[in-house]
Amino acid sequence: MIDKFVPTMEQALAGIADGAVIAVGGFGSVGQPNALIDGLLAQGARDLTIIANNAGAAFGGLPSLMQAGRVRKVVCSFPRSAVNSVFVDLYREGRIELELVPQGTLAERLRAAGAGIPAFYTPTAVGTKLAEGKETREIDGRAYVLEHALHADAALVEAWQADRWGNLTFRRTGRNFNPVMATAAKLTVVQTQHVAELGTLDPDAIVTPGIFVDRVLHVPYGDPIP
Amino acid sequence: MPDSDASPPLNRTAMAARLARDIPEGWTVNLGIGIPTLVADHVPARREVIFHSENGVLGMGPAPAEGAADPWLINAGKAPITLRPGAAIVHHADSFAIIRGGHLDLCVLGGYEVAENGDIANWATSDTDAAPAVGGAMDLAAGAKRLWVVMEHTTKDGRPRLVHRCGYPLTAVGAVHRVYTSLAVLDVAPHGFVVREMLSGLTMEALQARTGAQLHPPN
Repeated sequence: MIDKFVPTMEQALAGIADGAVIAVGGFGSVGQPNALIDGLLAQGARDLTIIANNAGAAFGGLPSLMQAGRVRKVVCSFPRSAVNSVFVDLYREGRIELELVPQGTLAERLRAAGAGIPAFYTPTAVGTKLAEGKETREIDGRAYVLEHALHADAALVEAWQADRWGNLTFRRTGRNFNPVMATAAKLTVVQTQHVAELGTLDPDAIVTPGIFVDRVLHVPYGDPIP
Repeated sequence: MPDSDASPPLNRTAMAARLARDIPEGWTVNLGIGIPTLVADHVPARREVIFHSENGVLGMGPAPAEGAADPWLINAGKAPITLRPGAAIVHHADSFAIIRGGHLDLCVLGGYEVAENGDIANWATSDTDAAPAVGGAMDLAAGAKRLWVVMEHTTKDGRPRLVHRCGYPLTAVGAVHRVYTSLAVLDVAPHGFVVREMLSGLTMEALQARTGAQLHPPN
């Protein structure tokens, strides 16, 4: 029997090592796997690279993880937050590294990693600071910049429903980066609000099929906190 | 120093309302954070325009009534939203395929500066102390079929925001099609800014004096 559910946080995060590259889902606090981030804080891995759209998230464990000195680098599009200055303070003190990536390029680099595409040309950021030092090429009269796939050792994902094969659905704007990150990691760990019996999820409604999922932890977390 | 017989400059709401008049039924539109967000309030519901939010929403509706917010529904600015009948949710890679793939009829962004060659600077000032943040601005500016910028005509201390070449870090090169300011509506043509509309009572000379690039009359 295939059963990707794990009973404990320890089992969910087992094997995530020092120096790991970890993709964390969520846009703002919606769809952010807060329990898994808190679990990672307790788990102890250090020297982490965090891929997340909002590294400076107002709420949740990412600021705590950074404050604890466990994050070496963040890869993100929007590190600032109006109400939480942990990232900005660390960055100003030179204690954390930032790779700033346009949001769509971030999504596509993750998608490329999951889809077996090593690099791609994009029109985004051509002629800007964020394209400096990168290979550019003109195709059919337009300039493009070469961007590389962004692979993660682990992805932390929040789902709305999951079954024991790891098939997932998402709720409203809680979908965001979660399905893309699930494809881009060697190990994808899911916290799900609800457990679905195998066969009860409509195959047409499954957004992330279980092939992209390794472990699922049931965390009836409740609504995102704004 | 307003001209004695010119109308007062448009405020943020009036700028948004002016721009909204030019959005036809049937377009799919992404509105950036700031003044652009106000544009949706001035498109009447009977005129069907589909609003896109970068975090994966097509068919975004107005802000919810007090106390009626769905905590699972936010826009790019992390503010609560509603969905209109017909709305759809997509993941981030698809949302930016919509943007980058040229599927949006229009993107409206705020700006620090727009240059006469269509360059836009709207994500960073020269201040390198605070951590830089770009979000989806570069993707939106490069990807939409049309890019309109809505902003004050000058800075608070009177410096022009419409310039020969941008001084701030660029968001995109040659991307802007039209600018709606507190004083005028201008198209970005191959030869520079073309004034389409001005506040009543404002002269071309007075507008030129507040602009850091050569202005051209229509035709």
